[in-house]
Amino acid sequence: MIFLFKKLTNRSKNPFKSITMKKIRLIIQREYLSRVKKRSFIIMTILGPVLMASIWIVPFFLATMSDEKKVVSVVDETGVFVDKFESTAKILFVYETDLEKSRADLTKEKYSAVLYICKPTNSIPDHAMLYYSDKSPGIITQSYISNAMQTILKNNLLINAHNISKEDFDLINRTNIKLNTEDIRTGKKSYTEIKTALGIFSGILIYFFIFMYGAQVMRGVIEEKTSRIVEVIISSVKPFQLMMGKIVGIALVGLTQFALWILLTFFIITSLQIAKPDVFKSPKTEQAFDAGQKIPSADQIQLQKLQNQEIKEMLTGIFEIDYGLMILQFLFYFLAGYLLYASLFASIGAAVDSEADTQQFMLPITIPLLFAIIMSNFVINNPDGPVAFWLSIIPLTSPIIMMVRIPFGVPVEQVYLSMGLLILGFIATTWVAGRIYRTGILMYGKKVSYRELWKWLRY
Amino acid sequence: MYLFSAHNITKNYAAHTALKNVSIDVSAQTIFGLLGPNGAGKTSLIRIINQITAPDEGELYFNGEKLKPHHISLIGYLPEERGLYKKMKVGEQALYLAQLKGVPKAEALKKLKYWFEKFEILDWWNKKVEELSKGMQQKIQFIVTILHEPKLLIFDEPFSGFDPINVNLLKEEILNLRNNGATIIFSTHNMESVEELCDNIALINKAEKILDGKVHEIKNTYKANIFEIGYNKQEINFNEIVPQSYEILSDIHQNGISKIQIKIPADEMPNQLIKYLIPHMEMHSFNEILPSMNDIFIQKVNEQKQKSF
Repeated sequence: MIFLFKKLTNRSKNPFKSITMKKIRLIIQREYLSRVKKRSFIIMTILGPVLMASIWIVPFFLATMSDEKKVVSVVDETGVFVDKFESTAKILFVYETDLEKSRADLTKEKYSAVLYICKPTNSIPDHAMLYYSDKSPGIITQSYISNAMQTILKNNLLINAHNISKEDFDLINRTNIKLNTEDIRTGKKSYTEIKTALGIFSGILIYFFIFMYGAQVMRGVIEEKTSRIVEVIISSVKPFQLMMGKIVGIALVGLTQFALWILLTFFIITSLQIAKPDVFKSPKTEQAFDAGQKIPSADQIQLQKLQNQEIKEMLTGIFEIDYGLMILQFLFYFLAGYLLYASLFASIGAAVDSEADTQQFMLPITIPLLFAIIMSNFVINNPDGPVAFWLSIIPLTSPIIMMVRIPFGVPVEQVYLSMGLLILGFIATTWVAGRIYRTGILMYGKKVSYRELWKWLRY
Repeated sequence: MYLFSAHNITKNYAAHTALKNVSIDVSAQTIFGLLGPNGAGKTSLIRIINQITAPDEGELYFNGEKLKPHHISLIGYLPEERGLYKKMKVGEQALYLAQLKGVPKAEALKKLKYWFEKFEILDWWNKKVEELSKGMQQKIQFIVTILHEPKLLIFDEPFSGFDPINVNLLKEEILNLRNNGATIIFSTHNMESVEELCDNIALINKAEKILDGKVHEIKNTYKANIFEIGYNKQEINFNEIVPQSYEILSDIHQNGISKIQIKIPADEMPNQLIKYLIPHMEMHSFNEILPSMNDIFIQKVNEQKQKSF
């Protein structure tokens, strides 16, 4: 027996490091698998892409969805608007002269609404009545009618009252300034709108991820503490190893979910594109050509060309961005930002007895993240300013702010500085959190204050 | 040879001292009782043995070597505050905890099947822990604690939450484990089980060890020379029979049996007492009343309380 025992101790002495690694790997594995197998993870993984895809798809569907065609009877006492309204796929304008007859027809549901334009007190008509029965016309119908009236009135004033020639009038209508920006070193256009959208989007995504997975770390720690399994586990592994195993395991869950979301979103969109290609045609085009039974005017064709050109430029702008690099940077800031905060979340979980007690300690975590999100609007407007610089260097805000800045191009040395400081920040918070964690995890039934935490730090 | 020794362990927390110069020696293949009232420092000592926390002063030895992290796999620990992951399946969880102790997966699986069969709980394997009662969970925790066949087992209040049948099952297993070579440190308030199971004890109170030694030796040290005599019912005036230095503690007549307890002076022999009594009664039994561990425990703790006043 003693011989066997000696052999055992000797064997475990040398490969001690690898045994530790094995245990951490076990913890990571459990944390990962127990979450990935959960129903909520599977639901989120499916629901996420459906939501994301629906952001793309729903507007297309809505545009093509034909609800009931509305018939609006126009009773115009001024004569300016007669035959001028443009009927669309959704609204058909008919012109009547007798208001009372129209109103009677309205109650018989022949019309959806009656538009009555009375003789103006001065020369220019400035108000109109829209009568309806039972169903009030929607805000879209209302604004369409009032916009149409204004355009008709303006055109009428310009052409008739001020004697502007038809050519001049068309020219005035066609003015449209497109401001292009270009980097003189690379000759690339800048596509500010796309970069703004991309920057804000990735910033929010990081904010969202840090909170979502950070909270999972915290909840996991609380679960271990309240179920009292933690004492069994830390008699096998060091508290720090348990904490890091949990943090890394959940990071992998996050990466898995992220990857699945991208894959599934891509899959849903492409399969829909293949199944129903007509849905993805620009809805504007159809509507414009569908408008009434009229052949589109030269004006409309011109407008259409302009729109098409804009879309094309948008697309080149989207393809111009170096996505490979951006995704790499995103992954770095997501991971490092998450690691920085996750250990803080873990230490909060260790310090409290239940989730209800976490509120008071959440503030120091919430504030820098929320501050970063609020400041990202400011940073977008001035992506190279001193505020943008400092916030993207300081580790607590840099994961969000740097992601906002990156689409606009950030000097390499700033990126490296920010990354280096973020890694240092992560080491610092993990060190601090580890000390709070290892004391807190064995502390029960004690209302913990910040002063108490400070004491734990110095044990 | 001692399997485990702790020399002069001191542990201070910010507000109080948990352990002050505590030493214990645990011989191989014995059951060692770690006794003491709540908050005495037992759990602090156990955590130090498990290397969950480190002592401020003092040394720990495992089988003659200094206690090192790699000894963890040779120690099994069943904490007083114990739990399991509620949402995890029983088998999966037991396997995980065994692997954390360093048992290879295949071996752990084989051993778990053996123990689950022995405890007749094999059909729980795929149940979630939250579906089990507290007692059922305790069984699983017990199995997980001993699965890696540790040389040193530490049980902190192992019987709390068990019904009497399972307490007996557990006691039997604990004795089996010792007979098969394990050394056991056993922390409890339950003095009855201490007398039944423990070979040696240490009594800790207010961070200090106030008593230790072999259970039967301690009982002998604290015996008060009290004897109980059973006799058939008759009116006897004991004060006339025994000398004045003998103290009559009680004389009870119940259900047709009479029992009397007499305390004799420390330098007298029990034979002398019998000699006094025999001519006057029909004697049915003669026993020495040894103090229970419970009495000794209370006596020692109270003595210390008075000292500190």
